[in-house]
Amino acid sequence: MDLAAVIVVETVYAVASLILISAGLAIVFGMMKVINLAHGEFMMMGGYATITAVNLGINIYIAMLVIAPIVVGLIGLLVERLVIRHLYGRLVDTMLATWGLSLFFVGIVTMIFGNTTTGISTPIPGISIGDYQINGYNFFIVIISILLVLLIYFVLKGTRLGLIARGTMQRSDMAAALGYSPDRIYMATFFVGSALSGLAGAVLAPLVGLVPSSGGAYIAKAFITVISGGPSVIAGLISSGGFFGVVNQFFTFAISPVVGEVALLVSAVILLRLLPQGVTGRFLKGKL
Amino acid sequence: MREITLQRFAIALVIAGIVMTLLPLMVGTYTLTLLLVYGMLAMSLGLIWGFGGILCFGQAAFFGLGAYAYAIAAINFGESTVPMIIAVLVPAAFAAVLGGMMFYGRLGDVYLGVITLVVTLIFFKFMNSTAGPEYVIGTARLGGFNGIPGYQTLNVPGLPEQYIYGDSLYYVTFIALFVVYWLVNWVLQSPFGRVAVAIRENEQRASLMGYDIRARKTVLFAVGGAIAGLAGAFYANWAEIVTPGLFSLGQSAEIIIWCIVGGLGTRLGPILGAAGLAYLKFKLGQQMLIDNAVITGIILVLFVLFLPKGLVPAIEKIWRLSVGRKRGRRPARSRRGRAASHG
Amino acid sequence: MAETVLETVNLTMRFGGVTACDNVDFSLKARELRCLIGPNGAGKTTFFKCLTGLLTPTEGQVIMRGEETTNWDTHVIASEGVGIKTQVPNVLDGVSVQENIWLAARRFCSSADASRKTEEVIDRLSLSTIATSEVGRLAHGERQRVELGIVAAGDPWLVLLDEPAAGMTSDDVEQMIEIIHDMTKTAAVIIVEHDMQFIRSVATEVTVFHQGRILMEDHVDTVMSDPTVRNVYLGKKA
Repeated sequence: MDLAAVIVVETVYAVASLILISAGLAIVFGMMKVINLAHGEFMMMGGYATITAVNLGINIYIAMLVIAPIVVGLIGLLVERLVIRHLYGRLVDTMLATWGLSLFFVGIVTMIFGNTTTGISTPIPGISIGDYQINGYNFFIVIISILLVLLIYFVLKGTRLGLIARGTMQRSDMAAALGYSPDRIYMATFFVGSALSGLAGAVLAPLVGLVPSSGGAYIAKAFITVISGGPSVIAGLISSGGFFGVVNQFFTFAISPVVGEVALLVSAVILLRLLPQGVTGRFLKGKL
Repeated sequence: MREITLQRFAIALVIAGIVMTLLPLMVGTYTLTLLLVYGMLAMSLGLIWGFGGILCFGQAAFFGLGAYAYAIAAINFGESTVPMIIAVLVPAAFAAVLGGMMFYGRLGDVYLGVITLVVTLIFFKFMNSTAGPEYVIGTARLGGFNGIPGYQTLNVPGLPEQYIYGDSLYYVTFIALFVVYWLVNWVLQSPFGRVAVAIRENEQRASLMGYDIRARKTVLFAVGGAIAGLAGAFYANWAEIVTPGLFSLGQSAEIIIWCIVGGLGTRLGPILGAAGLAYLKFKLGQQMLIDNAVITGIILVLFVLFLPKGLVPAIEKIWRLSVGRKRGRRPARSRRGRAASHG
Repeated sequence: MAETVLETVNLTMRFGGVTACDNVDFSLKARELRCLIGPNGAGKTTFFKCLTGLLTPTEGQVIMRGEETTNWDTHVIASEGVGIKTQVPNVLDGVSVQENIWLAARRFCSSADASRKTEEVIDRLSLSTIATSEVGRLAHGERQRVELGIVAAGDPWLVLLDEPAAGMTSDDVEQMIEIIHDMTKTAAVIIVEHDMQFIRSVATEVTVFHQGRILMEDHVDTVMSDPTVRNVYLGKKA
């Protein structure tokens, strides 16, 4: 019984963290049809921003939830102005350029912080379920993910900004026709997407030993979650995050964590073969 | 398309001979061998991407697979000739299966990218987790993150005691690269190669002409896998150890960078790009001021932004302008695969 | 009486709730020239795509020279000797005119024969001045002509052309009509078109599509004077 509870908690956590690490990429992809392969490095920098801020004596929650998103958002803004905006409509070129950026950021962070593992301790103590110990921080991540999804939903559904955003997602020329500059919409989108990547990296930082190359661990998962999710941001994130999270945890508990990871990747290949347009390209069409 | 004539081949042979003898005077053969291996690896992607329009984010998978196949076979057979063949056939067969699955599924560019990238990651994760004694193929232990050391390296066919190493390995690798280069030239000049270019240019038109693009792309992908596998086998002979790092995303990224910098859709570009950048990296590795990744990253970004066709076409253009020859083939636009707007 | 080379039986294509082609029975004889006309959304292009294998019909059959081709892939249909030209110029932009035509010819013969065929087609379609030019740099009319060359290079017995005159100058159109008439010496030709000017100058048998069905089939002059057709076609335009 205790084990079952642990498995449930771990699975919910796996799904939540997949959604968390993919949200920034999903927004940028959904709105701009841009795949940002430096997404993992944006997360890594969010982690470093948090650790630096904490070391400077700032409250950890403020560091994670405010400072990291702003810092990474601004970096994203710079990247958008300098590189991405010259490549709109050239999907493959953007992927290549952002791959270059990811290498660049790894190098820069290595030069600044050194190639050593840093980290901060989790601010929430562990919880026992029977004989099992669960990291209390996992609950925090689940809550953050839920809040994040709700936030994206209400912004897209309820605000004027969201309306423009949804219009742009459907047809990029619509925004221009309505008198909004697509250039500025894209700029804002990339800022928000980067900030969310920074937030995700910051929130996950206490759980991992951070090294400059940490981003590599996230990008593949985020990439396949977003692509498998398909065109709809929220429905796509929840469905593919849910699917991969469950697959991953099932094989983790049944066999081993490595098999869990491999199973996730294999299931992604099979899923894309069966549903080349992603889950929401086939089902849940037209949802947010 | 210029014909391969005996004369052209003879000239190339002479030039290659001179280059082969002169290079060791400037750079050590140990480093040179690695540069040649990378050149061959770049050529494999240059072929399928530059001439077939297939952007593979996981060419390192075939490279690693070739290296591992060689190491495992060499331990089991105790000589190198059959393992070299296996190291070509295994990645080729794997590429054929993977390619068939993707192309018959009509996956767009982005999805192709994801799948090839994910497959590379699967190899990376799997190989890293094979430290236990239960992971054995024949008498070869996979060894997890420590990799496989201590296998039989290249020997004269039929004489397992006669090792080919050091300078000799350099010459053998050079000749192998030359042969593969001419084979690739020959393929590109054949109807198969010309149809591949047609498919790169316009898939729908190619199929309206009556060509089965799925089958042709699969075959081309397998040829690319075979060449990458051969490069992997030479790498295994050079390094004398194979590790899961061969399957890393960084390795895949580098192959792509070599092709872009050298020039897509050219035959020599990827090879020169690989050798040049790998040498630059080697030189940079000797200084501590700037991290290597920073420079590689900046190079990739700058090339995508300002010189997306790469160096070789740019130099060719300058050459043509300065010589004043007006006529000539202009490299095609939008070689880099069309954006999958339907995705 | 010439044999029937192309036939559709109850051909139906639905997209969700919309029926773009509704039980179309159509037939075409060897070396016949036929225009498919109809207002926008009449189902001409959908019908065309079902013939070429670009779409698989929901119901019904496509039969070519006695063989059912309903579920065949485009490349299989093309390699049986069906020359296809789609609405937008569909050419290989990055290579020369010669290479375009050679590649089309090569599917049906050896390399040497293909080279001979290429010269012949370039000659016949007056492409020799631009034979070595890269197709991507040519004008629209020239690209259309190159695509006709690609179609002709395979010695097809059936030619399917979707709006071949779109966006062309009147000189280009005249030349195009000449080429098409030349093709009918060896092939049956279907032209999908809604430009009445063009159809008048082709002067041939016409099939009128309306709301996914065949409204009538007759010679162009009869069709043009028919009150129902005028109502459907011109009434909407006015």
